[in-house]
Amino acid sequence: MSVQPASVVDRSAARLGTRRRLVQKLTTNPSTLPTLASLVIFVGMLAYGESAYGRIVQYSTLSNLFINNAHIIILAAGLTMVILTGGIDLSVGAVVALTSVAGVMSVNAGLDPWLAVGLMVLIGSAFGLFSGILIQYFNVQPFIATLSSMFLARGLAAILSTDAEQLDPDASIRVLAETITIVDGPKVNDLETTAGVIIALLVVAGVFFLLHRTRLGRTAYAIGGSEQSALLMGLPVNRTKLWLYTLSGTLAGLASVVYTTRIGVGQNIIGEGWEMQAIAAAVIGGTLLTGGAGFVLGSVVGALVLGLMNVLITRDGTIPPAWTTIITGGVLLVFVLIQRAVTAVRRRT
Amino acid sequence: MSLVVGLVLFAAFIAAGAVFKLYRNQWFWGVVAIIVLLCLNLLKDPGYLAIDYVDSTGRLVGNLLDIVRWAAPTMLIATGMALVIATRGIDLSVGSSMVAGGAASLQLLSAANPTSAGDAAVAVLLAILTGGAIGAVNGLLVTYVKLQPFITTLVMMMAGRGIAKVITDGQNTSATNAPFKWLVNGTVLGFPVVFLVALAVVGIVGLWVRRSAFGLVVEAIGINPKAAWMAGIRPAGILLTVYVVSGVLAALAGVFSVGSVMVVDVSKTGYQAELDAILAVVVGGTSLAGGKFSIRGALVGALLIATLDKTVLFLGVSGAATPAFKAVVIVVLCLLQSQRVRGLFARRRRRTAVETAAEPVKGSVTV
Repeated sequence: MSVQPASVVDRSAARLGTRRRLVQKLTTNPSTLPTLASLVIFVGMLAYGESAYGRIVQYSTLSNLFINNAHIIILAAGLTMVILTGGIDLSVGAVVALTSVAGVMSVNAGLDPWLAVGLMVLIGSAFGLFSGILIQYFNVQPFIATLSSMFLARGLAAILSTDAEQLDPDASIRVLAETITIVDGPKVNDLETTAGVIIALLVVAGVFFLLHRTRLGRTAYAIGGSEQSALLMGLPVNRTKLWLYTLSGTLAGLASVVYTTRIGVGQNIIGEGWEMQAIAAAVIGGTLLTGGAGFVLGSVVGALVLGLMNVLITRDGTIPPAWTTIITGGVLLVFVLIQRAVTAVRRRT
Repeated sequence: MSLVVGLVLFAAFIAAGAVFKLYRNQWFWGVVAIIVLLCLNLLKDPGYLAIDYVDSTGRLVGNLLDIVRWAAPTMLIATGMALVIATRGIDLSVGSSMVAGGAASLQLLSAANPTSAGDAAVAVLLAILTGGAIGAVNGLLVTYVKLQPFITTLVMMMAGRGIAKVITDGQNTSATNAPFKWLVNGTVLGFPVVFLVALAVVGIVGLWVRRSAFGLVVEAIGINPKAAWMAGIRPAGILLTVYVVSGVLAALAGVFSVGSVMVVDVSKTGYQAELDAILAVVVGGTSLAGGKFSIRGALVGALLIATLDKTVLFLGVSGAATPAFKAVVIVVLCLLQSQRVRGLFARRRRRTAVETAAEPVKGSVTV
């Protein structure tokens, strides 16, 4: 009988401990609150969309949200890694364009489609490596180095072809975009997925593992916190950054595979502004552009928020399309202000 | 005859001296690149550099004039960008300021008197106000909310193009107004008005920042904001001014770029102009780390970009491929400026210096 009060005390102490830990987590990691905020906003947007327009919280809409944004999720995962180190990769959109043109053209020229997919991913890696070498060994700022990769990729894509190259409708890689029905709902309300979506989720899982469970990830966070300190601690800064830029390029190639197989076209103007969408997704998801704080899962939520916003604007119908970019800009600004407020509070305490 | 040879030798001597002096300038390689490109064009067409006078229209016609006409908008935005970058900032929204300014002026002109010079002036003024307002919002966010310039202007880059679409209701508005068109397509004494206006505006900005303490203060903020603060420099007004100047110059560039065809293309006008401007500034030797700027360098950069654009077209490559050539220029310039490559050159120079210094010693020993 006398044991009971003690356990109550224990439990309340434990509760206090978890609360304190939660508070601590919220105040010490500047990316927690924005990530939570974006989650809340995502759920709020879903609820608002459902009540205002209907047919939002249902299998088909949510499936399409993932299917249509799989490539942006992949790009955002890659950019999160780079931005965590305080860098940036502006070349991803252009790399998508170059790899889609090169991939479709080589398939049409008779290359085995799966070899072409490998080629697309490798071209992406090559561009990432190129940026990484410029940044790491020639001290070029990431902004300028990836800007030049962007120009290079965009220009090479135009040199290859400025026409829309059609992917053969029977090409075997089209299987990546075929919908797989998981739950056969009533009418067209099916829970569907594609191999592209599965690739995107695997990429996110892989990046999560890399960032939170490996030395490479720990070094990435350390570089973002302070590159000088990371160097002084003897962490392999050069090698890590080279790896991260190469990975970002590789993921751009992979995003291109997912996107190209879905729409079946390769063209030099594909992917214009995608780097900005991916950066926006990372920022909305709580990644600090100065580096050192952020979650890859937050970036996924960020990409979904952006995608859902487009769905809602289209569904609404009364918002002129011209307002889409203004609203996107506004949402981005709100999240940056939240981050700014959180970091300001943290600095004061 | 010997007089001619003497004169040529003298000229070569002066030129060599000038080149040697120029070599110390950061934008030396930009000038070299322009000369190389022009030589490339000369190889294809020996008459490339010729400038003809057309009696009937009173215009000078030639490829060089096309290049400077093409360079005018980039000259303006690069000047603003150089100032922003000198404060450790960046302005990604210049393309959006261009399209918003151009949209505002053409929307006004589409309902105005097609021959009125007053309406044209109001249109230009309206564009400048639009650009100034966008710059002011950037400046306020950077200064008072203390957002990073990159993200602030990224937001404005997204929103600005939307604003342009709202102004024109999503249409590609066209208009006719003779004085406005003259401003962009006309000539004075045979020279394109745009180039002269751009040169004048950039000259005024250059004189203002260099003949007053403004440029010094801008660089002080860029070198070390804390030290500048301790030295009594309050960054608020300075940063705000710099971003407003950048927005205004971009809007003027927007007037130039919509005026040539009198249509604002809300998705194409000023598209990726920020990249050209940043490239021009970097070619001019300004480091993105801030702390110094060179208006003259930015002008060289803008001229290089225009030369490159025109050369690529002249050599028969699709215009969409120009970014690849720009990339090559950026990479080469970055490599030339990088410590590693400079170190390589310096080591070689030192080695030859040591060898030449060592030789007489060797000789004296043997003799």
